[in-house]
Amino acid sequence: MSRTGDVVRTGLRGFGQTLITLGLVMLLFCFYELKVTNLVTAREQGQLTEDLTARWAEPRVVGTPVEPGGPVAAPGTPVEPGGPVAAPVARQLGSGFAILRIPRLGRWNDKPPVVVEGVGVEDLKKGPGHIPGTALPGEIGNVVLSGHRTTYGAPFNRFDELQPGDAVVLETRDMWFTYEVTGSDIVAPTAVEVTLPVPGNPTATPTKRLLTMTTCNPEYSARQRLIISAEMVSAEPKGGAAPIALQGL
Amino acid sequence: MYGWIWRTLPGGRPGKVLGSFVLLAAAIALLFLYVFPAIEPLLPFSDVTVDPAQAGVFFSAVGFGRS
Repeated sequence: MSRTGDVVRTGLRGFGQTLITLGLVMLLFCFYELKVTNLVTAREQGQLTEDLTARWAEPRVVGTPVEPGGPVAAPGTPVEPGGPVAAPVARQLGSGFAILRIPRLGRWNDKPPVVVEGVGVEDLKKGPGHIPGTALPGEIGNVVLSGHRTTYGAPFNRFDELQPGDAVVLETRDMWFTYEVTGSDIVAPTAVEVTLPVPGNPTATPTKRLLTMTTCNPEYSARQRLIISAEMVSAEPKGGAAPIALQGL
Repeated sequence: MYGWIWRTLPGGRPGKVLGSFVLLAAAIALLFLYVFPAIEPLLPFSDVTVDPAQAGVFFSAVGFGRS
């Protein structure tokens, strides 16, 4: 055995081991993205559900605006269910303020996702996010939610199955807001006009109560966005029966 | 590299096996806790919203509320 042969052999073995190691690291990364991120989100969602349940159980803080930006309820005034349609919601980034249910998706509703405020990377790791500045549930304008398609719990994974007429229910502290899917579209990632109060028309005055949900498309890609559009069909105060759309879930 | 690690680990065969597991666990922990979270934003899985960077500019241009 020559010395040169030893060097070549060691070099080749090292190269081979490096390639095998890199391959294993990539497999581990797939495992991390597809499985571990789900655990992260499941834990965050558990925490959010707990926080939300606790917060909703507290008596309303006196002086909370009845509508965001609207008049403040006088101290001691109980807030009447069935009053204003828009419920006040927490607007703190990363905190949960609504629960999303979609009967079409069946068992998906066993653990309905808590929607958080904000669509930053960290917000979306917790669950579907509400784009700050867009309408709040029940308000006139456009409620825009974004959610992961393939990682971090993949709450919007099956949104390609939604069809016109499907119910999408947002539960807030005081209200059930039922929206009905009006259509879906696949757009460029830069199509910010879908988030406008009147989608596609920056100057129009909104009159409808819309909901737009965005996620990536196709799965595992960022080439396009899948857009689900819906319009509010009913708003019911909580305390009575759940909305008709949710019965049978 | 792996050969060198195996030869270097102390404690005879049991010690070497134990040491290997510790090193493997440390490597995986390092990847899961630091490396993967750091490279994740470079991949497309997280792009689910319509471009927020551009959206910010767009919203201010049309006088639409920001956060």
